[in-house]
Amino acid sequence: MRNGDRDISRLVEPDRVHRLCYTDPDIFEQEMERIHESLWVYVGHKSQVKEPGDYYTAQIGRQPMIMVRGKDGEVRVFYNRCPHRGAMLCSDRSGNAGHRFRCSYHAWMYNFDGTVASIPATNGYDGTRMKLAEGDAGLKPAARVDNYRGFYFASLSPDGPDLETFLGGATLTFDQLVDRAPDGDVEVVGDCFRMIQKSNWKIFLENQLDVSHPSATHESTGVAAGQVEREMEKRDGRKAPLAYSFISAFKTPIEDWVKFDTVGHPYGHCFLAGYMGLRPQDPDTVEYETLLKQAHGEEKGEAILSTDLHHVLVYPSLSVQPPLQQLRAIRPLGVDRTLTEIWHFRLKGAPEAIYRRALDYYYLVNSPSTMVNADDLHNFWKCHQGLSTEGGDWVSLHRNYGSDSERDGVLYSAPGTMSEMPLRHMMQAWAGYMGAGDESVGNGSGGG
Amino acid sequence: MPDADVGAAAPLTAAQVDTETQRAVEAFLYRQAEILDDGRWDDWLGLFMPDGRYWMPARADQMQGDGVPNIFWEDLDLMRVRIRRNTHPHAWSQSPPNRLSHVVSNVVIERVAANGDLTVRSKFHCSEYLRYEVRHFAGKYRHELVKDGDRAGAYRIRLQRVDLLNAEGPFDYVIQWWL
Ligand code: FES
Ligand SMILES: [Fe+2]
Repeated sequence: MRNGDRDISRLVEPDRVHRLCYTDPDIFEQEMERIHESLWVYVGHKSQVKEPGDYYTAQIGRQPMIMVRGKDGEVRVFYNRCPHRGAMLCSDRSGNAGHRFRCSYHAWMYNFDGTVASIPATNGYDGTRMKLAEGDAGLKPAARVDNYRGFYFASLSPDGPDLETFLGGATLTFDQLVDRAPDGDVEVVGDCFRMIQKSNWKIFLENQLDVSHPSATHESTGVAAGQVEREMEKRDGRKAPLAYSFISAFKTPIEDWVKFDTVGHPYGHCFLAGYMGLRPQDPDTVEYETLLKQAHGEEKGEAILSTDLHHVLVYPSLSVQPPLQQLRAIRPLGVDRTLTEIWHFRLKGAPEAIYRRALDYYYLVNSPSTMVNADDLHNFWKCHQGLSTEGGDWVSLHRNYGSDSERDGVLYSAPGTMSEMPLRHMMQAWAGYMGAGDESVGNGSGGG
Repeated sequence: MPDADVGAAAPLTAAQVDTETQRAVEAFLYRQAEILDDGRWDDWLGLFMPDGRYWMPARADQMQGDGVPNIFWEDLDLMRVRIRRNTHPHAWSQSPPNRLSHVVSNVVIERVAANGDLTVRSKFHCSEYLRYEVRHFAGKYRHELVKDGDRAGAYRIRLQRVDLLNAEGPFDYVIQWWL
């Protein structure tokens, strides 16, 4: 099972995956190198670093990085390491570095483009191999940095497709996030929530596209919210706030989850269609929709609003919910530990009520006191525990295998099913990245 | 009006707070901790005013709870959802049920209004037994208490602000009950 492409290909079959893909520490190191430290990974949003000198730290694979805005307005990403003797450069999560970075150890200073600004008693390097004039001793940048509509990604490998090619159909995620703002821009709301899951990162990604789990996993929350919702309506004589429906929706019986289609895009990205009914015709929504249509025109406005997305998985580092402006970034900490950074965005120019609606969702589903993810994280932990045993080797991904269809390299689950196509699709892409097969197609349909 | 001040207002001196009030407030806080640790949820709801709120800010320097991200921001209706959810037989994360143990101390009365309403701050330490392991929380409380009728020493909570020492996280797993 160690190294070697052939071995990986034996661990991933079209309809089932070997447990070692989730639990083997050597495979974890390999996937950090070939996936998280090679592909385009989400770093952060432009609004996290508004002013020159603003920086924000983020982990890419095993590498601690800094995203910083320069005096020229450019956003760059560097390894969080001082080139002198290797000290971590920024030990705060975020902040403003003033005019330049200053290392706390020996006071070497760096400009925000990564070049050395000054070194105390610099003549000590005269006649040495350190050629300061030739750019020795600058901060090491990420191999590639790019953004799509203000969402910054970095790749620690110089090779591979450019960001837009890599995102492909998944660009719709960010278009949806931004275009839903009447002013055409979004910004982060405060800091993110940070939660650690005691499970492999892929277990989380798979869950985001797993429509057969919500009614089973979240039944208790659906039932409780439904009861209180009804009692409030009886007591107050009016509809309960929309927020209650976000969680009472989980009492939807499992048979009804078949109407949420899934799509698999090249490079492992996946879509789950919407189900929240986020276009009620209350005055707030009507006002918002009118504003959006004024900004974009009737036709384009309607197209934006009617786009039916619930979760978009941008492989391998993001799960995004554009209609509710939520974004979860995945930072693997170890084979059995995963940090999620959960962000909420504000649609600029949208009525306050629309912001509050998404904020309620952020609270109920994504905050550290979540009544929803509580059971997801519990089940992820249990999965990781079970997969660490010798009670069985394989993880089943058979549901509706053989019934998916493919058009122009994009996979579609059979309508009216709870197909595990996205899970197969992601693991096929994974196998490709790991050196077995073709990562860009990730042919999870497996034919007939 | 901000929901509560962040800073520590100068406490009233011993001469300004009678011993009886001090003791009544301490007894109230101890009772709340006990209700929480014992999981007496009807009693828990009874501690709050009908429009009372439990608030845990997401940042130490947060001045208000309304309209911004919070770790907890719950009125009685949301508390009812939480109670029913966590006690539902299919609340999977409650298998095994977690258990809390609180210690409340450093009780300082900040303000006594003419009508007897109080603002009081205190410190807490909470151990949680979760999946057969123990983890710890620490922080401070700030209670806005309303005199509950004419009964001596009876109060209800208008607002309880809970500042967790590690509010900015990361959190290992989630927080299922109020702390
Ligand atoms: S390690 Fe940074 S200046 Fe020496
Ligand atoms: Fe879930």
